[in-house]
Amino acid sequence: MLGNLTLILLCQLIGEIITKVTKLPVPGPVIGMVILFCGLFLSKKMPAELESVAGFLHRYLPLLFVPAGVGVITNLDLMLRSWAPLAGAIIIGTAITIAVTGLVMQMANRRQKPDQQELQP
Amino acid sequence: MNGDITQLWVYLSTSPLLWLTVTLLAYQLGVWVFQRFGFSPILNPVLTAVLVLVILLKLTGTEYQAYFKGAQFIHFLLGPATVALAIPLYREVATIRKTFVPILISLVVGSLVAMVSAVGIAWCLGGERVLLLTLAPKSVTTPIAMGISEQIGGLPALTAVAVVLTGITGAVIGDLVLNWMRVHDQTARGMAFGVASHGIGTAHAMQKSRVSGAFSALAMALNGLLTALLLPVLVSLLR
Repeated sequence: MLGNLTLILLCQLIGEIITKVTKLPVPGPVIGMVILFCGLFLSKKMPAELESVAGFLHRYLPLLFVPAGVGVITNLDLMLRSWAPLAGAIIIGTAITIAVTGLVMQMANRRQKPDQQELQP
Repeated sequence: MNGDITQLWVYLSTSPLLWLTVTLLAYQLGVWVFQRFGFSPILNPVLTAVLVLVILLKLTGTEYQAYFKGAQFIHFLLGPATVALAIPLYREVATIRKTFVPILISLVVGSLVAMVSAVGIAWCLGGERVLLLTLAPKSVTTPIAMGISEQIGGLPALTAVAVVLTGITGAVIGDLVLNWMRVHDQTARGMAFGVASHGIGTAHAMQKSRVSGAFSALAMALNGLLTALLLPVLVSLLR
C-alpha cells in the first residue's frame, strides 16, 4: 500500500519537475498520469495494491473537489455580477457539447463497424 | 464563561483540525441528503457541502485562507487522484484500441465544442475577459481545469465551481438531450458524458450502463489531457 502510494506521488513529483523545467502548459499531475500510464502499459501488468490505492482515491473523488469549491466565497461578487454569462455558458454550452459529442461518436462508430466486420469474419 | 468560549474559539479557529473536520462532516451530510432523497442529481453532495461551508464561513466571519489551512489536506489529494486516473485508463486499453478512430474524432470535436461554446456563449452574454478564461476549461475534471485556469489567467476557484456546476448540469440534462438527439449507442452516450461533464457525468453514466460508464471515464481522462494541451495554445494564439 505504502509503496504504491509512493509510486503515485513519485509520478506526480516527476510530472511537477517536468512542468517547471520545460514550462509546458500542462499541470504536473497530468504529466504524472501519463508517466504512470506509460509505466503500466510497458510493464503489461497491474499491481493489485495499486488498484486499491486508486480505488480509495477515486471513491472519495467528489470530496476532494470541496475545498476548491468553497473558494467561490472569494469570488461571490464576480459570480453575482456575471450570473447570466455563467449560467448560459454552463447550461447551454454543456447541452450543446453532450449533443455534438454523442452524435459524432455514434456516426463514426456506424461508419467503422462495416470495416471491422470485414476484417474479423 | 463567555470569555472561556471566546478563548476556545480563538484556539480552534487557528488550528487546522476544525475546518478539516467540518469539511468531512459537510460532505457526509451532502451524501446523506443525496441518498435520503432518492439520488436526485440536483442534490449533488459536492454542491450541498460547498453551500453549507460557504454559509458557515460567512456566519463565523472566517476568511477563506483560514479555512484552507485545514482543508488543504483534502485538497492535496487531488494531485495523486489525478495521477491515479492512469489506472482506469489502462484498464480500458483493449477497448480504446478497438474503437480508436471514433473515440479520437468525437473527442477532438467534443473538446473543441466544449471550449468554444463556453467562451462564445459567455462572450455573447456580456462576460468579461477574465470570466471567459475562467469558463473555458469548465468541462474538464477539477484538478486539471484549475491548473489550466491558473495557467491561462482565469480564476481557479471560480473555475472549480463552474466545473462542479457543469458536472451537475450534464448529469441532470444529459439523458434528456441524448434521447432527443436519438443517440442510443452506449459508447457514444459515455463519450458525451465524459467529454462534457467529467467525473460527475461519469458517475451518472455508470449508474445507467457499464459500457457507457467505462467510455465516460476514458473520455474524461482523454479530454483532460487534450484540453490541457490545446487550451493554453489556443489562448496564446488569440492574445
